[in-house]
Amino acid sequence: MNWTSLDTWIFVTAALCAVACALPGCFLVLRKMSMMGDAITHAVLPGLAIGFILTGTRASWPMFLGAILVGLLTALFTQWISRLGRVDRGAAMGVVFTTLFAIGLILIQVAAHEVELDPSCVLYGALEFTPLDRISIRGWEVPRAAAVLAAVLVVNALLILALFKEFRLSAFDPALAETLGYRPNFMHYLLMAMVAITSVAAFEAVGSIIVIAMFVAPAATGLLLTRSLPLLLLLACGFGILAAGLGVMGALTLPPMLGFKSTSVSGMMAGASGLLFLLAWAYNLLSKGRASRTLHSDSLVSQRVSES
Amino acid sequence: MSPAGDPADETISAHPETVPLAVHDLTVAYHRKPVLWDVDLDVPEGKLVGVVGPNGAGKSTLLKACLGLIPIASGDIRVYGFPYEERRDLVAYVPQRESVDWDFPVSVLDVVAMGTYRKLGWFRRVGAKQRANALEALDRVGMADLAKRQISQLSGGQQQRVFLARALAQDARVYLMDEPFAAVDAATEEAIVTLLKELNRQGKTCIVVHHDLATVSQHFDWVVLLNMRIVAAGNVADTFTQENLEKTYGGRLNILNDAAHALSHVAR
Amino acid sequence: MSLADLIEVLTLRNYNTQLVVFSTTLLGVASGVVGSFLLLRKRSLMGDVLAHSTLPGIALAFLAMVALGMSGKSLGGLLIGATLSGLVGVAVMAGIRRTTRLTDDAAMGLVLSIFFGLGIALLSMIQTMPGASAAGLDSLIYGKTASMVKSDFYILSITTGAAILISALLFKEFTVLCFDEKFAASQGWPVGVLDAALLILVTLVTVAGLQAVGLILVIAFLITPAAAARFWTQRAGAMAVLSGVLGGASGWLGSTVSALVPDLPAGALIVLTTTVIFLLSLFLAPQRGVFSRQHRQRQLRRKVDRQHLLRAAYEILEADSRVAATEAEKPWDGMVTNHPIARTALLAKRSWTAKMVDRILRKETRSGHLTSDSAAQSVQLSEEGFGEAARITRNHRLWEAYLVRYADIAPSHVDRDADMVEHVLDANLVRELERASQEDEAWVAVPASLHTIPTPESSQS
Repeated sequence: MNWTSLDTWIFVTAALCAVACALPGCFLVLRKMSMMGDAITHAVLPGLAIGFILTGTRASWPMFLGAILVGLLTALFTQWISRLGRVDRGAAMGVVFTTLFAIGLILIQVAAHEVELDPSCVLYGALEFTPLDRISIRGWEVPRAAAVLAAVLVVNALLILALFKEFRLSAFDPALAETLGYRPNFMHYLLMAMVAITSVAAFEAVGSIIVIAMFVAPAATGLLLTRSLPLLLLLACGFGILAAGLGVMGALTLPPMLGFKSTSVSGMMAGASGLLFLLAWAYNLLSKGRASRTLHSDSLVSQRVSES
Repeated sequence: MSPAGDPADETISAHPETVPLAVHDLTVAYHRKPVLWDVDLDVPEGKLVGVVGPNGAGKSTLLKACLGLIPIASGDIRVYGFPYEERRDLVAYVPQRESVDWDFPVSVLDVVAMGTYRKLGWFRRVGAKQRANALEALDRVGMADLAKRQISQLSGGQQQRVFLARALAQDARVYLMDEPFAAVDAATEEAIVTLLKELNRQGKTCIVVHHDLATVSQHFDWVVLLNMRIVAAGNVADTFTQENLEKTYGGRLNILNDAAHALSHVAR
Repeated sequence: MSLADLIEVLTLRNYNTQLVVFSTTLLGVASGVVGSFLLLRKRSLMGDVLAHSTLPGIALAFLAMVALGMSGKSLGGLLIGATLSGLVGVAVMAGIRRTTRLTDDAAMGLVLSIFFGLGIALLSMIQTMPGASAAGLDSLIYGKTASMVKSDFYILSITTGAAILISALLFKEFTVLCFDEKFAASQGWPVGVLDAALLILVTLVTVAGLQAVGLILVIAFLITPAAAARFWTQRAGAMAVLSGVLGGASGWLGSTVSALVPDLPAGALIVLTTTVIFLLSLFLAPQRGVFSRQHRQRQLRRKVDRQHLLRAAYEILEADSRVAATEAEKPWDGMVTNHPIARTALLAKRSWTAKMVDRILRKETRSGHLTSDSAAQSVQLSEEGFGEAARITRNHRLWEAYLVRYADIAPSHVDRDADMVEHVLDANLVRELERASQEDEAWVAVPASLHTIPTPESSQS
């Protein structure tokens, strides 16, 4: 393996992205809305395209804002269609995001001769090239993607820290949240906004499909191992970083072993997070098997004592 | 209802601030089918109120409509004389157990502490005081030793008691409970009964959706007979009669046996 | 674009246009039919998951074919790979669902993103392979509708045809499965096998659609026509057929449009066509459409208000007549006279605010049910309004009597919305209820037909 300083930056960017996604991802999974991450990441395409057409450059504020707006609209339209038309939420989501994606493709095509935006770049990203595009922060030469993702991560972490109890309440029992006056609908859209912002910030660096993996996989892996929400958040971050590390290393070592030149780091990251999930799943199955064989695990005994 | 032609003053007309829950002309329809029709109800303060009626009579719907959880076609709901939105602090709700995901990663104490959120407000975190409140509430339902337990490990009765403790932590004046006695073990039933009596002694008003006619007269002192509309409401002794029960449940089913059984309890 | 171009496209004179239009229409029909079962099973996003999880299979099939010395880009081989990997994805999902506490959506998100990521990783590797150019593989992601050739058309026809045929053969079974899984199981249907069969159909359609509209947009074909068809019918059979028709229509329309505007991506245009059809259904469908639903909601609210007002008015008049009879020391004969009512009396009767009462009064004045005298702060029911009020009150009391006497079966039969009790209950029963309410002195003297309403004078006599 030939790890260079570029690879370090690739790893840092990937890890920042993974953690930034994993935090809101935990609440997406807990709210049984994992597919909303998928929908929003596909649907931001027209927002990106419009911002892009307006300014002619990548990663500018209009593009960012446009994408966030469209991300929120996805959530809004989905809820609106499923409530007003009484359409199954999954179907409503599917209608909305495929439509927006199609609009995005057309916009890109229309703008193709003016600016260069490759839809496949949105999908797979180009993690490999992020270290080349640097900005300077107080004399530090930092990849722009890393700086943007770090900012998003800080925003996400602060929001979740500040509104931890509100997020937990509205995810666990929206009816109670409503009767206590906590506006679960507002929390829903706040979470959707976080998802949109995160996926937009990440799309260029790692590609949207990996964003979905990072929204869902670390949180789901964590859920197999813990029943405590703070621990779940920590575990999800840990698994995200681990997947990033394994992904970068895998991208360096695996292709030569198989006789290829290189591969997509993002793809390997998704693969790595899948591997981590598989391990947790296997552990889960094994320990469940042991528990049902012996029937003497501590928790069961204490439960019986307390119930009697 | 005031007699016709009574020139009541518009401003004071029908919203006395001593009535914990006043429902007027409430109509709720799902799709086109009315579930509740012209419900009028004034619950007196400090009573243990049982809401009974056949399946599909709209008992849970009545509670949910009072809490603004479902849209209503018409009607007016007042808590101590004010719209519910302005008096949220005074009302605690104990939903049916199935309304939440019991696999959610929170502990028993976390759930009970949610009852204190209203007073806590946005952004502020649960501190020692809230935790102490929650623990005290858990103690009152006999579950203090399970505070650290994950909710996924609870039995049905324990889940119900967690919900009750959460409502206690809200420290409200009116408690709306949706079928707390449904499918619980004997220990939990006893705990709930003790709790209801205790709340009653403290002068709180408890409005409880109940399905077991045989125990109505043991648990409650006021009863609401509901079947799409209010059939009768009042003191158990006067209201929980064979005649009213027939009007609520119909005279044809063997429910009458239950009713007879229930009435024998009144007589005792 | 000239008129000649338009005619050429519409008449399918161009051979390539012919192929494209035929295949997208066929694909639309097949995915519409299959998608309607997915929708009823509440698994619409299954197509999403399947489509994404075909990618590693496509890449591996390419590698395998190259290893065997074939071209690597033979569509048949790629589609077999895609099918297999889609099915593996579905199996993993089922495994997660069965053995962990994770919910459906998490399992879907996991499989979708991880399989797709792996596919991207494999494709990126392939792209660096010396010699074997993999360019064009990603046309399966976005679709290359316009570049379809005859052999593609054959493959597509066979797969979609098979999907339509199997859906038709298993129609009854799928309907039972979607409607009530437990019932199906209790009746001895092999639910697991049926579920698998449905997913295989979805895979077939998805894989067929990869070439035509691309991986992401085939999802729209599986979801949108079915969701649109749902608005127009309540029956599963009609819905499947309609969904197929809508899917076919959007395929045909979309590909025709895209033949006219060849610069724009065809897949995207086809998806937007399905969206337009969906939106039209969402808003305009009778019964389930948004406009008609909202209209009904408004009407219900107005009706409730009107009934409350008129009944309140009638009850006030009734009480007054009763008082009048007592004062005249005559037994009250149940007749009610119509005279002006004080606005405050109405206010006291219900929990209305003054504003609400005025709003309802205005509406009823407009519909001719009453006239109001603003100086005296009173209102008087018109002849028609009085008849209506009597009828509403009678209806109300009969329902009440019915609920009291038949409380055990009543709630499912009561339809307060029906204008007349007689429309719902049979005549004998209504007579019996009338007798009962007469005994309770809750009887309302109202003629059966609105055309012979007694005038206030005649009811006075």
